[in-house]
Amino acid sequence: MDGWMDGWMDGWMDGWMGGWVDGLLLTIGITSSFQMQFMLLFSRQGKLRLQKWYVPLSDKEKKKITRELVQTVLARKPKMCSFLEWRDLKIVYKRYASLYFCCAIEDQDNELITLEIIHRYVELLDKYFGSVCELDIIFNFEKAYFILDEFLLGGEAQETSKKNVLKAIEQADLLQEEAETPRSVLEEIGLT
Amino acid sequence: MSDVVEKTLTALPSLLSLDSQPGSAKLSSTAKLGNLIRGITELTSKHEEEKLIQHELASIKEQVSSPNTTMRQMRELMVRAVYCEMLGYEASFSYIHAIKLAQQGNVLEKRVGYLAVSLFLNESHELLLLLVNTVLKDLQSTNLIEVCMALTVVCQIFPKDMIPVILPIVEEKLNHPKEIIRRKAVLALHKFYLIAPNQVQHIHNKFRKALCDKDPGVMTASLHIYLQLIQENAEAYKDLTASFVTILKQVVGGKLPMDFNYHSVPAPWLQIQLLRILSLLGKNDQRTSEVMYEVLDESLRRAEMNHNITYAILYECVKCVYTIHPKSELLEKAAKCIGNFVLSPKINLKYLGLKALTYVVQQDPKLALQHQMTIIECLDHSDVIIKRETLELLFRITNAQNVTVIVEKMLDFLRLSKDDHMTIDIVGKVAELAEKYPFKHYSTMNAVFSLGGDMMQPEIPNGFLKLLSEGFDSEEEDRKLRLFAVSSYISLLQGEPSKLPQRFLQVICWVLGEYSFLKEDLEPSVVLGLLTKLLDMKSSSSETKSWVLVAMTKLCWSEAAVSEAQQVAETYSSSFDTTLRQRAQELQHLSRDSQLHSRVLPPGGRLEPDEVVDSSLSFLDGFVSEALSAGAAPYKPLHQRQEELSRSKVLSLEPYGLSLPISTSSCSITDRQSPTLLSTSSGLSGDGTDFSHRGSSTTLRLDGVKRVWGREGYLAQKKPVEEVAQVEVPSPLRSPSQQGDANSCRSKTPTPTANPECDQEKQQLASSLFGGLSSQSSVCLISGAAKMVNIQRFRRKAKGQRSSSTTNEQRANPTVSSASAVDNLLCNNLLEADTEPINSSAKQTFQHPHSLSVANGACDAEAILTDGDPKERNQPLSSEDFVEADDSPPREDQERSKDSCLTPHLPAELSGFSHSEIIPLCSSQSLDLSACHVQTDNSVVLVVFITNTSEDANLQIQVFCVCESPVEEVRGRSVSVRQYSLTVKMPLVHFELVGMLSYSIPAGMPQAMMQFSYKLPLTSFIRPLTVSTEEYGSMWLAFSHDTKQNLTLIKEEREPLTATLNALNKKLSLHVVEIIGVEGLVACSLLQDQPCLMHCRVHAGRLAVWLRSPVPDLPDCLLYHCQRALQEP
Repeated sequence: MDGWMDGWMDGWMDGWMGGWVDGLLLTIGITSSFQMQFMLLFSRQGKLRLQKWYVPLSDKEKKKITRELVQTVLARKPKMCSFLEWRDLKIVYKRYASLYFCCAIEDQDNELITLEIIHRYVELLDKYFGSVCELDIIFNFEKAYFILDEFLLGGEAQETSKKNVLKAIEQADLLQEEAETPRSVLEEIGLT
Repeated sequence: MSDVVEKTLTALPSLLSLDSQPGSAKLSSTAKLGNLIRGITELTSKHEEEKLIQHELASIKEQVSSPNTTMRQMRELMVRAVYCEMLGYEASFSYIHAIKLAQQGNVLEKRVGYLAVSLFLNESHELLLLLVNTVLKDLQSTNLIEVCMALTVVCQIFPKDMIPVILPIVEEKLNHPKEIIRRKAVLALHKFYLIAPNQVQHIHNKFRKALCDKDPGVMTASLHIYLQLIQENAEAYKDLTASFVTILKQVVGGKLPMDFNYHSVPAPWLQIQLLRILSLLGKNDQRTSEVMYEVLDESLRRAEMNHNITYAILYECVKCVYTIHPKSELLEKAAKCIGNFVLSPKINLKYLGLKALTYVVQQDPKLALQHQMTIIECLDHSDVIIKRETLELLFRITNAQNVTVIVEKMLDFLRLSKDDHMTIDIVGKVAELAEKYPFKHYSTMNAVFSLGGDMMQPEIPNGFLKLLSEGFDSEEEDRKLRLFAVSSYISLLQGEPSKLPQRFLQVICWVLGEYSFLKEDLEPSVVLGLLTKLLDMKSSSSETKSWVLVAMTKLCWSEAAVSEAQQVAETYSSSFDTTLRQRAQELQHLSRDSQLHSRVLPPGGRLEPDEVVDSSLSFLDGFVSEALSAGAAPYKPLHQRQEELSRSKVLSLEPYGLSLPISTSSCSITDRQSPTLLSTSSGLSGDGTDFSHRGSSTTLRLDGVKRVWGREGYLAQKKPVEEVAQVEVPSPLRSPSQQGDANSCRSKTPTPTANPECDQEKQQLASSLFGGLSSQSSVCLISGAAKMVNIQRFRRKAKGQRSSSTTNEQRANPTVSSASAVDNLLCNNLLEADTEPINSSAKQTFQHPHSLSVANGACDAEAILTDGDPKERNQPLSSEDFVEADDSPPREDQERSKDSCLTPHLPAELSGFSHSEIIPLCSSQSLDLSACHVQTDNSVVLVVFITNTSEDANLQIQVFCVCESPVEEVRGRSVSVRQYSLTVKMPLVHFELVGMLSYSIPAGMPQAMMQFSYKLPLTSFIRPLTVSTEEYGSMWLAFSHDTKQNLTLIKEEREPLTATLNALNKKLSLHVVEIIGVEGLVACSLLQDQPCLMHCRVHAGRLAVWLRSPVPDLPDCLLYHCQRALQEP
């Protein structure tokens, strides 16, 4: 417990890096980060499907957080509040079919807007995969990551327009196909 | 053509190698991953999964290291490795290959490579350095997608030491024709700002350009940076308020492209970001707040759709309205919004409503009162999160009257709590309350110790023991309390001590050791017997055991006790635990030698509180100076060492002028100083930083948070009374339309339906919980609360008969409100001020400046600004264009009128000096507080004006600004002036004075507190220093603290150096000693006696400056202001 907290604080200070800038520390109390800390997607069985960490943490800490959080969230009843206080953080989670989307934010942040961030991400996945289901995300998790990176960058909402996010992804995908087509032809040549 | 051939050739080996692995060749890349996933889902045990993954990892490892693996296969292998890591199995062998893939692959392989890197590594991973070159190359690529990918990865992870390498290119991207590139570049700079703020200091004007970008996406991205900057220094960005307001207006008005809509709400994320920025800008700043009232009103009005996203915006809006300078109209609407949240059947909204209430309740306790029934229901909510938030809310409204009930509720929660973190938090809160309301202290703490168990913070028992030993106000009380503690602990130990948490046992041991002599009929041997039992208990930790032994040592002064103690000491003197053995030895020796015992631990004697701890370790000065003279390196505080370490690791890749090494050179100690000076200066720099850490943690909590607690409990007692009166009973002074509004709003809110008995119970709870919030006497409150519920019931029955319910309420007036005539009058004033534009309300107060008079004359208070004072703080050094308080002219007419109104009150002896603009600091209904500073030759005088704006109520005030001032009375409509002479002990870039005004209206009534802060830059303390060139030379050699930096030269054709120095002379009043060719000598001093010299040289179109001073930090701080002064147009 203690060890975890220590590590957490270290990471936090690293992020600030400027502990030495006099006065910066003073402002931390008022300075609240609205940056998302991490996002986890996991199934009803507690299997992790996607993880994105926006704060530097060690693998050990990540595993510990994931384990505890999955347990806590899965234990919640359906009619309960979508928000959780967990250690020093706020957890905002929502279940879509068999998948839980779970974000950690700072206490000062706006829980409702985070809930809508989750929703927008689901909308994006839905549009991209065409009525998305858990399997889409399992088998194409790298795509899910690409979409997430285009939507949230460094923990901040980067592009909230659905059209623009998908345009960016599709452009890169298009390139993928272009690059792939000649290759597959070559492969055939090589094989035949 | 040859290209194709080459590709074929490179592809061939891989195809061959695939063939050599039968089974895998046929599978396409996704199929392999699919197989793995399917394989895992079919497994039943964790053990099997582990075996499968280990096998998979082994195969991946083999393939990635094979030279024949193509990038394409590598891509697929990376995806699988990422998958394995997600399942919790380490695949660190693949990290380097992920980097290689990002480096060597084609666009889509790169994409996977970068993704894998961002998932595998974190900021501090050393392999990340290998990525720098790749990123650099991709940033310069002509392929947009590659640039995008590089920027994306930069925003996620980038080694901060390497930022200078790519910074110029990222900056360039701000001008890129494509929106997406510009946007990502802005976000990358945001990231840089977060991890290395000094690296991006110079590009603040580019942020402005991004803010003005024609594309809303880029503008939105730039707001992330602005939010950060404004959080750190709101002052510097006040000029942007109007722009932010305009943007918000346009967004709210639906001027953005439809793409930005989310569920037909225009750009909600952008709106929220802007609201956050506005609330920071408008905080404690009436003028700025006035600019945003209109758009906030609009936002509140527009967000009416019943969707989560509008609630999210509303929530932010409400927070903003309550953060900025209050406007009652908006507050009313915001309060209505909070009401809707709290009463919502949707649990998420209810939670947010409670959170909002918690946020605003310090300023507006009446809101809690309005929703008391809902709050009580939430207290018994089945969802622990709701309960928890409710307790948080109650914690904020605790006062002397309701503390018992609230603490009881918290303890109830603790009894059921399973979450460690929550337990710790609540235990801390209970302990805090117990400390504030000592009459409940003792029994509460017992509950805390037994419930909190061993999870609580160690400060809590320590604080309790400290309080117990230092005592409260009266000797007799203390004795009684301690005696009570002793007897109850004895009975606890006689019961079942094995059930008590260790921390509690330790507290018990200490108390028994110290105070059991107070209980005269208690034999020490009895206590010793009980303590021995603790030692024999299996559950006792060795820490507890040493507490026991220490307690025994204190107790073994009587004959009977000695033999028992000897026995115990015998047993434990051979313990394996060294601490225990030590304690046992002490016990043994002291129990043998009663004389020694009485000398070391005088019977009945207390801890000597006069024992002073020399925290500066001054007794080591001699040792330190000896070591230094023997050639030891001077002490460097931790931050400096780290900074130097990180510097030494990296090649300097940037021109010297770019970064601002504020703290690095401030305490370079040379052997020119005497040993004493040496130790003090090193002590200072060390302490200074240490202090800023520690001091911050305390100021953090106090700062920005209104002071609500005092010895008597809830401080803002005055205000609530008035406002409660105003809310519960629509004052007859209101216009009928307003009244109608209020009614309709309230009739909309449904009253909680519950059966009568339950209702009764809840009402009682309500009256005990919300006692003291609305009125001085709790008896009155109970009837008030009951009345309110009755009224609501009545209204529900008589729907549509609004007029009758109104009369009923008016009839209820005398019972509910005990508001005096004065209060009514104040309400009256308040309402009038609301309906009129603010300008005129200001005029109203000051229209007869001649009739104002200084009540008791100026009272001088010599105050010294100390460096140890947590009230002082400087601002982060990131602001781009700080507007100096001194030379910014009053901006608005209204202000000028106010200024000129107060100017005559400036003390006569200061009239010869220039004074800064008189800024309003804070105000309440009946008094305004303004201040300015006057620069005299040898000090800076802070002049505080306290204006009593009420008509006839006399006002009793007391100002604590550094030092306490005597209570004085200010008559209605008069001004009291205070002066404080300020001197500097430790230079900082900006000083912020925090003061407290306690006042009571009318005189004799309970006090209310008002906190104010006043900021002034270092430059107010800077005076020109007239020295000759020779003197300058000898001083230069004598000074040891220095810093160097390159500054921008003022662009002028002929004499850029002269022009620049003149500008510094004008803006910062630095004395130009001499200009010799391309070099210039400048001197100044901090007030009279702390000189700082500056040596300037024109070099490569920039001004290389070198500052030296005997005062640590002064060069750095002054340099900051020089930089600012030269950047300003």
